[in-house]
Amino acid sequence: MSDEDLYVDHDNSRWAFGTGFTDPLHGVDQAVPDGVDAGDLAACCLALGDDALVSAQRLAEWCTRAPELEEELALANIGLDLLGQARLLYARTGRADGTGRGEDAYAYFRDPAGFRNVRLAELPGGDFAFTVARLLVLSTWRLALFEELTGAPDPVLAGIAAKSVKELAYHRHYAAGWTVRLGDGTEESRARLESALRDIAPWLDELLTDRTTARLGLTPAAVADRTLASLTEVFGRAGLEPAEVMPPGPASMPRVPGSGRNADHTEHLAPLLAELQSVARAHPDAAW
Amino acid sequence: MVTTTERTERRAERAERARRIAAEVPDPELPMLTLLDLGVLRGTEVEPDGTVVARLTPTYSGCPAMAEIRAEVVTRLRAAGFPAVRVVTVLDPPWSTDRITDEGRRKLAEHGIAPPGPRQNPDSAPGRVWLTLSPAPAAVPCPRCTSADTEEISRFAATACMALRRCRSCLEPFEHVKDLS
Repeated sequence: MSDEDLYVDHDNSRWAFGTGFTDPLHGVDQAVPDGVDAGDLAACCLALGDDALVSAQRLAEWCTRAPELEEELALANIGLDLLGQARLLYARTGRADGTGRGEDAYAYFRDPAGFRNVRLAELPGGDFAFTVARLLVLSTWRLALFEELTGAPDPVLAGIAAKSVKELAYHRHYAAGWTVRLGDGTEESRARLESALRDIAPWLDELLTDRTTARLGLTPAAVADRTLASLTEVFGRAGLEPAEVMPPGPASMPRVPGSGRNADHTEHLAPLLAELQSVARAHPDAAW
Repeated sequence: MVTTTERTERRAERAERARRIAAEVPDPELPMLTLLDLGVLRGTEVEPDGTVVARLTPTYSGCPAMAEIRAEVVTRLRAAGFPAVRVVTVLDPPWSTDRITDEGRRKLAEHGIAPPGPRQNPDSAPGRVWLTLSPAPAAVPCPRCTSADTEEISRFAATACMALRRCRSCLEPFEHVKDLS
């Protein structure tokens, strides 16, 4: 049933059973333009949506557990932005792959092998320093990627990217600010940050060599260069020696073989999804 | 006989009436603001078959109020005698705080919420987003005592569009619709 059918006879003054508007791309012209391969577009939107959904879930795990109320609100807000991006990207995927599936089908009714997120997003939360370091890396990379995507040949994806860039700049600013405070703080905070960055380093190559957007004619090398340049700047401000926490170039990096883009995942994704999907699977006909 | 020109004019009048109705819908999270004040309403049209099209743009991707806003626009337009209503989501150009009108800024301040900084042209092409690690340059005056001596407590607050600040003069905390441009 489409949104259209739902709300025509829907009593919109009572929202207890949903407003009837479930498609975040409601009313957007969703034809795939000539010259764009619908399969490539769907694969790109799905992968970027999965990155956002899995990251949002990890951030949500801080609710009631963050060191301060302000940080809890910040992490939840950042997660909410990413969840919103995931919704838009899944909606686009459903049109591009020709199945017409809605966002819930992608978020709740796929098994781990169906997910295409980068593995860094699914690693367990760790301490606050790890969360900050991971958010810095992921938001810096995603911002660079989405800046490229604002020129994507598909106007819907370009529009989603333009919207997301503004949000991602806030996410990176938050993570960069905390990276500087932790790096520049006590011996303990600095040691924890360095340890987090060393744990993250082997997963960085997967991001920098991601060719997902190349299928839409964009240049992943530019994204990788900008990501590294931006990270190096933040490390400098945090008083960290970039070479010590993260090797300088992709060639010399330690890397974990495989990629989430090819459905290679760690053992941590399945439990994350089990929690995320449990309610929707127990009550598949529920309205939100 | 009704000419095509007359029909077009009548449609334009109906579109304008629909625009005024949709413009008055309050935002569910900032109820002192209408969709017009907030810059969320991008326009209305009437199609040849009489269907009203209302064009809305979301503030933040994850804004949970968007579904309620769409539903409220449909409800009010139908109550006003437009039987067929269609809501269209506009993503590009994206919303920014520059789209909050001067009237909207005045209402925010009146309700103790600091409005975002001075308006830039929202249609100017956005440049690349550079990383800045220094504090936000623009001072945000306290909406209660107007002192410029305020500090940011948290860039993220009760809703996606707000930051939390504190006034160093009157010591009151206050919310600020943070700049997104």
